Amino acid sequence: MPAFLFWLFALVMLGFGAAVVINRNPIASALSLVLCFMGLSALFMSLDAFFIGIIQVLVYAGAVMVLFLFIIMLLDLRVEERRKINVVAVVGGSAVALAFFVQVYFVVGQLSAAKQPFPALGSPKMDDVRNVGLLLFTNYNLPFQIIGVLVLVATIGVIVLSKRELR
Amino acid sequence: MITLGHYLIVSGLLFTIGFAGVLLRRNIIIIFMSLELMLNAANLSLVAFSRFRVDSAGMPNYNAQVFVFFIITVAAAEVAVGLAIIVALYRARQTTHVEDVNSLKF
Amino acid sequence: MSSALPWYILLLPFFAAVVIVLLTKSSRGLSSFISVAAVLGSFICSCLVFTTENIRSIELTWIDLRPILYVPLGFVLDDLSKTMLVLVTGIGALIHIYSLGYMKDDAGKSRYFASLSFFMFSMLGIVLSNNFVMMFIFWELVGVSSYLLIGHWFERDAAAEAAKKAFLTNRIGDFGFMLGILMAWTATGSVVFDDMAQELGRITSYPGYLTVATLLIFCGAVGKSAQFPLHVWLPDAMEGPTPISALIHAATMVAAGVYMLVRVGFLIQASATALSVIAWIGTVTAVMAALIATQQNDIKRILAYSTLSQLGYMVMAVGLASGEAAMFHLFTHAFFKALLFLGAGSIIVMLHHEQNIWKMGGLAGRLGITFLTFMAGTLALIGFPPFSGFFSKDLILALAYEKNPAIFWLALFTAFLTAFYMVRLIVVVFFGKPRSEHARAGREAPWVMITPLMILAIPAFASGFGFVAKLFLPLPAQEEHGWLVPGLALAATLAGITLAVVLYRRRESDPLDFALVRDRFYFDEIYGFLIKATQGVLASLSAFIDRWILDVGIIRGAGGTTWGFGSLLRLLQVGNLQAYSFLFGLGIVGLIYFTLFR
Repeated sequence: MPAFLFWLFALVMLGFGAAVVINRNPIASALSLVLCFMGLSALFMSLDAFFIGIIQVLVYAGAVMVLFLFIIMLLDLRVEERRKINVVAVVGGSAVALAFFVQVYFVVGQLSAAKQPFPALGSPKMDDVRNVGLLLFTNYNLPFQIIGVLVLVATIGVIVLSKRELR
Repeated sequence: MITLGHYLIVSGLLFTIGFAGVLLRRNIIIIFMSLELMLNAANLSLVAFSRFRVDSAGMPNYNAQVFVFFIITVAAAEVAVGLAIIVALYRARQTTHVEDVNSLKF
Repeated sequence: MSSALPWYILLLPFFAAVVIVLLTKSSRGLSSFISVAAVLGSFICSCLVFTTENIRSIELTWIDLRPILYVPLGFVLDDLSKTMLVLVTGIGALIHIYSLGYMKDDAGKSRYFASLSFFMFSMLGIVLSNNFVMMFIFWELVGVSSYLLIGHWFERDAAAEAAKKAFLTNRIGDFGFMLGILMAWTATGSVVFDDMAQELGRITSYPGYLTVATLLIFCGAVGKSAQFPLHVWLPDAMEGPTPISALIHAATMVAAGVYMLVRVGFLIQASATALSVIAWIGTVTAVMAALIATQQNDIKRILAYSTLSQLGYMVMAVGLASGEAAMFHLFTHAFFKALLFLGAGSIIVMLHHEQNIWKMGGLAGRLGITFLTFMAGTLALIGFPPFSGFFSKDLILALAYEKNPAIFWLALFTAFLTAFYMVRLIVVVFFGKPRSEHARAGREAPWVMITPLMILAIPAFASGFGFVAKLFLPLPAQEEHGWLVPGLALAATLAGITLAVVLYRRRESDPLDFALVRDRFYFDEIYGFLIKATQGVLASLSAFIDRWILDVGIIRGAGGTTWGFGSLLRLLQVGNLQAYSFLFGLGIVGLIYFTLFR
């Protein structure tokens, strides 16, 4: 993949990611998130993880974001009226986030592997759905089952929480 | 040339954006979205490492991709439950602002 | 010949006490019957033991850690303990019978007889023990049972206080006793008297050690036999029922100290320093108590101080290295002092518990038998020939004359004082006009109380004669001093009698008034002050520690520190989700910094 595509998608992802945080309108934020995940999905594909990239689009952009939008609309959330901004909180929060990023930057800078290019793959034609599926049903069978149970629990939990009368 | 470091930095930036969102925004739904950003930043790192660790057969390391798969699943479940909680909260308090939810304060 | 008889002697009263406490407490008549039967059984067994030559008891092993420590449950059955057995059980039996009358209507009759039996058990244990460990245990049991008996009328504050005082004062002496036992055991490697006597050579080469050990053992006797300076408990112990005063504080318990000293005479006589200390303590006690007795108005207290004084004689004799003389005086004293106390008890009961001699008077006519027996006891006590006290006191005086003239003159002075205060008592109580309603209405006591008086009057008169006493005791070989010592003693006694008669005849109140003597040389006050002072300092010290160091420093300090940190940490609980996440982020940044960049 050409380098400029990486920069393009990275820029898209980060830009819309920032838009999620900056936008005052929740709907705009949600839609920015969709675009952010699109960029992320493209980056996944640039790393030859096509299955993950597709899942990313399907699950996040498709299901999760629809859920978000649905809830936002259900609750009828308007553009956030301007509340008084707590300067100390904003400065402090930004400082902590920045400090975190600086730390990440230095850690990556010290990592020798980070300066190496990605090695070439054996064959450009990869059956990664098959490979991931094989791992899931062999090595990771037990976690897979547990995840299934977790989803079931989540489903039941959501139903219970959504009932009007909480007892 | 694009190296592993580029991906990691981008991933770290995305994570930082999500982190800042959690710290700075007061709308619970936005905070939730920011959490999703952070999760996906982790996913990006994992996939990048997966592509970086090519085995002798010339295949990427699929273990990391399986993890990403799990993370996505868990995140989806979490979103479902979290949104249900937000709905319940909204019903009770008519707000999605974290500042209005402070009954744990001593 | 090995025999179980001594065990019967010892255990009969014990079982009586147990049975009374556990089973027959509600039936007062049955309880008293059991107790009397037990002591009579003990007495009969004692007589059997006494008449059997070379009797040996069954011995059980209790603690066997030889060669470090060997404690048998064994009895010593020599002439000394045989005599004491007969004495203790005999007088004990009489006093039990007397108590039937004296305590007839007492609500705590069962408790009284149980305690009495228990006391007999403890006392017989002291007499029979053949080692220090057993003796010390029974020694403490005697302390406990005397506590119970003195405090029998515990509803009265004075009785409860007196019981406490007796117990605590005894404990002081007993502590020294225990240290002395431990020292003697360390030195000789044994606690059995016979073995110690054999191993005595190991200790005599260290005179200082021996003296300290002996004097510590003597401490026990000082407490039990109420010698100066631990004598203060005995007069107060008169708060107990009068038969108890007769039993414990005349015939048996206070004799235990003297008996113990005679028993370990081999140890004491090895140290000249200890001997002279003991002799002087005995002398001081004798003189001091006699002086105090001259100014007391309570009939029982007079007798109590005379007991102290006579015990001083005995200890003096021990200190003069003559255990036989001490035992002889103990022997005669037990009879006439028990007699005097029981006589006083009859008077007190008949006068509705009036104890002040100045409220009595003119009782000679109405309480005829009591008067006669009391007279016999008095004559014996003041050493009027041929009553028993004359012989035993004469023996001690002769001994003192021979060994230490200073002590002799003091003892002679005591004899004079003894005659003075006893005749004062007789004159005031029995002659003159009745000085109160009760005294006018006084009548003779019932037979159950009079009989023991009459029985006791016989040995009070006769037990001093050499041919009688020889049956019971080994009498010391007496050197012939001619008539000097007995003559001086008799002169002192007669002087005392004359002075008392002259001073107190037809008096309505005491013509003499020495506040110092009347107030018992202020011993109680001095002790009270000392205790209060030390206690006050200690108490305020411990109060300070408790209040400031423990309470404020540790308890409230711990609580306050927790509270302080808690209220500091509470500031972090702002209840704001974003503040929490901020702190959380800060923590993570810090964590990464410390793990990766340091």
